[in-house]
Amino acid sequence: MTAVLVIGAGPAGLAAARAARARGASVTLLDAADELGGQFWRHLPASRPASNERVLHHGWDTFRDLAETLEFDDGCRILRQASVFAIETRGSGPAEVHIVVGEADGAGRDRLVLRPDAIVVATGAHDRTLPFPGWDLPGVFTGGAAQALAKSERLAVGERVVVAGAGPFLLPVAASLAATGSRVVGVFEANRVPALVRGWLPKPWQLSGAVSKGGELAGYVSGHLRHRIPYRLGRMVVGAHGTDRVEAVTIAAVAPDWTPIPGTEQRIEVDAVCVSHGFTPRLELAIAAGCALTADRFVEVDAGQETSVPGVYAAGEVTGIGGADLALAEGTIAGHVAAGGTLTDAELQRPVRRRTTFTRFAERLDAAHGIRSGWPAVVTDDTIVCRCEEVTYGQLRQTVSSTGSRSLRALKLSTRAGLGICQGRVCGRSVETLLAGCQPDGLLGDPVSTDRRPIAGTIRLGELAAAPTTALPTTSTPSPSIEGTP
Amino acid sequence: MTNDVIIVGAGIVGAACARALAMAGFDVTVIDRGTTAGGTSSACEGNLLVSDKGPGRELELAQYAATLWTQAAVDLRTELGPDFPSVEYDPKGGLVVATTDAGAAPLLAFAAGQRSAGVDARVLDRAEALSLEPDLAPDFRAAVFYPEDSQVQPTIATEALMASARRHGARLIENTPVTGVLRDSAGALVGVTTAAGELRAARVLIAAGPWSGEVAASFGLVLPVLPRRGELLVTSRMRHRIFHKVYDADYVGAVGSNDSALQTSSVIESTAGGTVLIGSSRQQIGFDCRLQVDALAGIAAKALRLFPFLAGAAVMRTYGGFRPFMPDHLPVIGEDPRLPGLWHAAGHEGAGIGLSLATAEMIRDLMQGRPTRLDAAPFSPARDSLAPHLEQAA
Amino acid sequence: MAPRLLAAGDDPVRPGPSTPLTIDVDGEPVTGIRGQSLAGVILAGGTLALRRTSVHGGPRGVFCGIGVCYDCLVEVNGQRDVRSCQRRAADGDVVRTQYDPLPEAPEGDHA
Repeated sequence: MTAVLVIGAGPAGLAAARAARARGASVTLLDAADELGGQFWRHLPASRPASNERVLHHGWDTFRDLAETLEFDDGCRILRQASVFAIETRGSGPAEVHIVVGEADGAGRDRLVLRPDAIVVATGAHDRTLPFPGWDLPGVFTGGAAQALAKSERLAVGERVVVAGAGPFLLPVAASLAATGSRVVGVFEANRVPALVRGWLPKPWQLSGAVSKGGELAGYVSGHLRHRIPYRLGRMVVGAHGTDRVEAVTIAAVAPDWTPIPGTEQRIEVDAVCVSHGFTPRLELAIAAGCALTADRFVEVDAGQETSVPGVYAAGEVTGIGGADLALAEGTIAGHVAAGGTLTDAELQRPVRRRTTFTRFAERLDAAHGIRSGWPAVVTDDTIVCRCEEVTYGQLRQTVSSTGSRSLRALKLSTRAGLGICQGRVCGRSVETLLAGCQPDGLLGDPVSTDRRPIAGTIRLGELAAAPTTALPTTSTPSPSIEGTP
Repeated sequence: MTNDVIIVGAGIVGAACARALAMAGFDVTVIDRGTTAGGTSSACEGNLLVSDKGPGRELELAQYAATLWTQAAVDLRTELGPDFPSVEYDPKGGLVVATTDAGAAPLLAFAAGQRSAGVDARVLDRAEALSLEPDLAPDFRAAVFYPEDSQVQPTIATEALMASARRHGARLIENTPVTGVLRDSAGALVGVTTAAGELRAARVLIAAGPWSGEVAASFGLVLPVLPRRGELLVTSRMRHRIFHKVYDADYVGAVGSNDSALQTSSVIESTAGGTVLIGSSRQQIGFDCRLQVDALAGIAAKALRLFPFLAGAAVMRTYGGFRPFMPDHLPVIGEDPRLPGLWHAAGHEGAGIGLSLATAEMIRDLMQGRPTRLDAAPFSPARDSLAPHLEQAA
Repeated sequence: MAPRLLAAGDDPVRPGPSTPLTIDVDGEPVTGIRGQSLAGVILAGGTLALRRTSVHGGPRGVFCGIGVCYDCLVEVNGQRDVRSCQRRAADGDVVRTQYDPLPEAPEGDHA
């Protein structure tokens, strides 16, 4: 029996686990959270279950079906609160996966080493928020934060809230806020009508499968209309103001490349602002496993969702930002193939078709809502770019000019940008863009990126020093699959 | 004879040599297949140590280098101005601790030998050591303090030396691999071939750290520099609780060892950013940079013997690099008798940051045909201790 | 003008009964509901700034809410660097805000 490890229990991971089980594999499904569902299906916890949770979610019944199937299946081990902190590729098999299991950021968590026959990386994505003056003030949140607190705690991050940035994700964020009692005073999408038209209108038949009645986006749009939330195009937050917390934001009209247009600024009093400009895939585990990336920096996969590393599969947002329906299709394919199935098997015909539909949909969304090259114009010399190390744009600029360095690696080490505890997860790609923009030819000289993080999540030194403590069989072979550290 | 030099390698040794030579009036071109400080110089701790060196030629070089760094830190700041990031020169001192009875006697004997060679090596009692490092596990068996041990931020130091070199006229060519030696019809060295064409100079200096052997091989020569992998852990920022470089006494043994198996020993210190660096492992595994969790676990376990409070510290990053290891444990500094015009400044193992300035001075003096401050013969490519390795490999 | 929990009676998801809990934040009692994150309890208690930064000493609060940005770090029951958005609150948790000044630069170094 093939032992499949699925990393991440969002839509892609859940679908992969079920498909792998259906194909007869033994499955271990792990997630850092203590509830299944990932960011997409975050919900009130088991300690306070809601009887009508589905009103907040797209595809809630799909989730319940997946979760219950796996929870009642003895062939699927579910490891909650399990964080992969490293993947090692020195041994045989696709990889050794090093895990700590226990309370988030706890001490003395159990350390495990798994050696599965196949791995499905379904680690998802997180918000990408571009830096702007004041974005480090308390009360400035990512859209994902507002969403998570609303869904899993029924907490509204503010009473008067602006939602801004780019992308269709702004709509569910606003909807969640409204459904949690916030007054959303406006949603500001940086892209303008021509971009949206280019992205959305040509070949509308490609969308027909994706925006069907009751589809994810259709639901948000109707929710939006219901709450009468103003939706403005071609506008961006260019500043957040306040001393100890955000008290107001400045919104400005922006050119098609997102350069703010002087004279269009408008100040809005708020007690919270939620800003997201898209998503960054969580690539560190795929990179640690040795997987090749595409030119636009997602995990490269073949038709069977297999990465460049045999036995390692990827599904969901790590292969391209496409939403939950695409993630479900990809996860199903990945899990089935990882468990020994083939793409031509009958059970994959529907997911393969759906993957095609939703991939096109995702490409169109990206064309409509993607980040535009003029965004750095909003960043001033005293804007903090790296939040952890409080490195300003002025420091980046000055260091490039004084050292003459063209190396991202050296400039990170010289400025400390991206060296803080988030390890560049928030600022990394923005730092890359800004540092490149400081170069005479707009290019950095070394082939590194900020996506590589060999320690994939913080681990206490005492936990690292301890030998793995819990045995958990994961492979088909009878030999022990857990090895202690000498 | 022309005064032009091509330096292969833009790490700290290449940058220091470029600066010293440019300041002396040489026409210098630095060429690197990557970017400045792209290799070992940005993947190490930035140690300027005397504590790990027993009496001998390398210690003399390190002692002299320590005086050069004190001056260079001031000179670089004056020359490059306040806009340039600080090299973070910090004469913080090193505390070497033996945690076992078996380790205590060798440490004290080692320190006594060093003292006879002029090293300030102070044996501390328990209370004295704990006053320097209050969070140190108090059950150590011996402690020696080395006030001369100091520290720079190695990437910034390399950038600063390179920036200074360029201000003195040195040229820098990045992202251009050197592919071989350029000879005239008589076979004499006249430059290098590169991925972007020929580059002519009367002298070529290989300062490519652990990759120096590969560069020499592309010239048809054997140079027994081997990569030795070293790995470090970095914690999140914390309150300043570790005030010096603190080592387990077996660090001394690991550096001097020829053993190719994995070894770990503790080297722990705070950085200017408030993080704590925890090293290090040493392993001869070629240029294999794949993560090895058991090596990291070994580093962690040893660090806890010195500072138990670190058990709760959050490790956020690991990084590693390749140290240029020499079979006879001395860097190779000087002209290669096998190919006149070819020079070497490589093989500094874990001490390249510290020794870079002294190496550069020696290279400059040798190229100028002037007497060197320290005897250069022990570091010569022609030295006896290297001969068998050259023959063996050839 | 603060983050707040939606009253269960107004909530369309119809949450089940809640179990109250109290945590200690820098010596002050703050109440919440079992199942909430520490960040959620503190936010709903009206506090947005969870720590002071090391370089500028500025206030910093929850940003990403999903464990990515590490901005919401707090000390919990003596354990530092806990992402308060990822840790469920437990009754009696003792939370301390973190402030870690940078080491003083060595003499002559004013970077």
